[in-house]
Amino acid sequence: MRSNKIGWLLLAPTLTILGLFGIVPFLYVLYVAFHQWNPFGANPGMIYNGANNFRRLVVDGEFLTSIYYTALFAFFAVVSEIILGYLLAQLFTKDFPGKAVFRTIHTLPLIVAPIVVGSVWRLMTTPSIGIIPYYLKYWFGYDLNIGSNATAAFALTVIMDIWHWTPLVTLTLLAAIVSLPKDPFEQAQIDGANRWQIFWHITLPMIRPAILATVFIRLMDALRTVDEVWMLTGGGPGAATRYLGLHIWKVVFPKTDYGYGSAISIIVLYLTLVMCWLLYVGLVSPRAKKRII
Amino acid sequence: MQTNRPFLNVLLWVVLSLLTLFPIYWLFVISVKPAVELFSAPSVFLDPIYWNNYAKVLTNETLRRYMMNSIIISSGNALLVTTLAFMACYALSRYDLAGKENIFFWTITNRMAPAAVFLLPFFLLFTQVFKIGDFKLYDTRIGMILLYCTFNLPFAIWTLRPTIDGIPKELDEAATVDGASTWQVISEVIFPLARPGLAVTLILTWVFAWNEFLLAATLTSFNARTITTGLSEYVTTTGTEWGTMASIAIITLIPALVVFSVVQRHIVAGLTFGAVKE
Repeated sequence: MRSNKIGWLLLAPTLTILGLFGIVPFLYVLYVAFHQWNPFGANPGMIYNGANNFRRLVVDGEFLTSIYYTALFAFFAVVSEIILGYLLAQLFTKDFPGKAVFRTIHTLPLIVAPIVVGSVWRLMTTPSIGIIPYYLKYWFGYDLNIGSNATAAFALTVIMDIWHWTPLVTLTLLAAIVSLPKDPFEQAQIDGANRWQIFWHITLPMIRPAILATVFIRLMDALRTVDEVWMLTGGGPGAATRYLGLHIWKVVFPKTDYGYGSAISIIVLYLTLVMCWLLYVGLVSPRAKKRII
Repeated sequence: MQTNRPFLNVLLWVVLSLLTLFPIYWLFVISVKPAVELFSAPSVFLDPIYWNNYAKVLTNETLRRYMMNSIIISSGNALLVTTLAFMACYALSRYDLAGKENIFFWTITNRMAPAAVFLLPFFLLFTQVFKIGDFKLYDTRIGMILLYCTFNLPFAIWTLRPTIDGIPKELDEAATVDGASTWQVISEVIFPLARPGLAVTLILTWVFAWNEFLLAATLTSFNARTITTGLSEYVTTTGTEWGTMASIAIITLIPALVVFSVVQRHIVAGLTFGAVKE
């Protein structure tokens, strides 16, 4: 075994940067979370108030509503993206004319900045100038107004997220599918398995790690979405699209309630971490199992 | 495996491509319309093209500066992050470091933090704590390059790890037996084999840095301001200059498009975020 010193040396710059820009701010936020601090409020100073911020969280209707909508948003968006992404990746495993062009087009949304995505969708859906409300009204007589219809606004944020992020899922799953060995599939066909059986008993178990990894990154990012939704709906109407990232932003900036905002962040970070940790355990378990066998 | 029906496939992809392209096309349509026409009945087709929005943007000194900042910051960050991640992944993959799996997981937790609240500590650190003499990180390109590591470095490490893990250890050992130093192993054995993975990491981190908005909006004021924040300056409560905004948006797409198409063919081979190969 070679000396571990070199290993640590190679890891050192990463640990230094993430320490300075990751741990230091985190400790600071943790510190602020135990204080009442609103620099533009009646008491501008930082006052230690123990766990009061966290106590307030549990009964804060706005915060709980935000958690509820964020969970719904993340669920609908991530599940649709995984299913759609998987189907599209399967299609890409076959040969057809113009495949390279279609693949390039399909990956285009990935490179569009979230703030631009939000702006485009707002352009298309704002009642007075948008093309979508115009034609919905013209063809179906349906009045789409995301400024007042909460369900429509929510659905639209999900659709926007699907448009933006399905390509990432397609690409990761395609990489996994392409690298699968051919033998099990041929064997299964010889044994007369149907498509569904092949999918359920061979493909799915084999690409499970890739699916979990994709869910992991999509979930993580869906839970902290801000830019796009901020541009599209600004969190409204009411609180229907006021997802956690946006909610925190509103507590911290317009209200300058730093102490409480920090407490929310700590809890949100904690919840995200637990969820992702569970997924990660599911992800590494094949590795652990293999060691035993 | 399944019956191949190329015609149906092509038809399906044409429809999907139209759906994918429409928002981008619509952005373009808005960018070549004078403001007064926005409120008339929307037409899918282009009327006489009105290039003034672009002329206005391209002759704007400030916006050109923002564009340059964006290019420097995202390129600097992507290169830094990919290099560091490559070193870190090699260490995590080849050395028996204490608690390395926990370190690996910890890196990604840095990406989970809701950005909004961390703006405040970053702001304080950048204006008051991290400074040498008169030099502060606030509103500097180097500050933004370092800052973007918090979300890009974990992503890079997680994207690259499976690639490095997938390169057989026997290759390192053989090279070591032949008398190669660690540096030679990394540069002559691992690097060429990891190239697809490195390319994908480089491009994705570049795009993430290019697209970042919230941090740049808070931690820069003029000198290091990026084009995404420049774009948002045209969206105000008193009225949005949709045409100008749309033309900036289209312009920001172009460099990303160029960078992306260069490494497009590596993408499928190299994209294996955190996945464990069995």
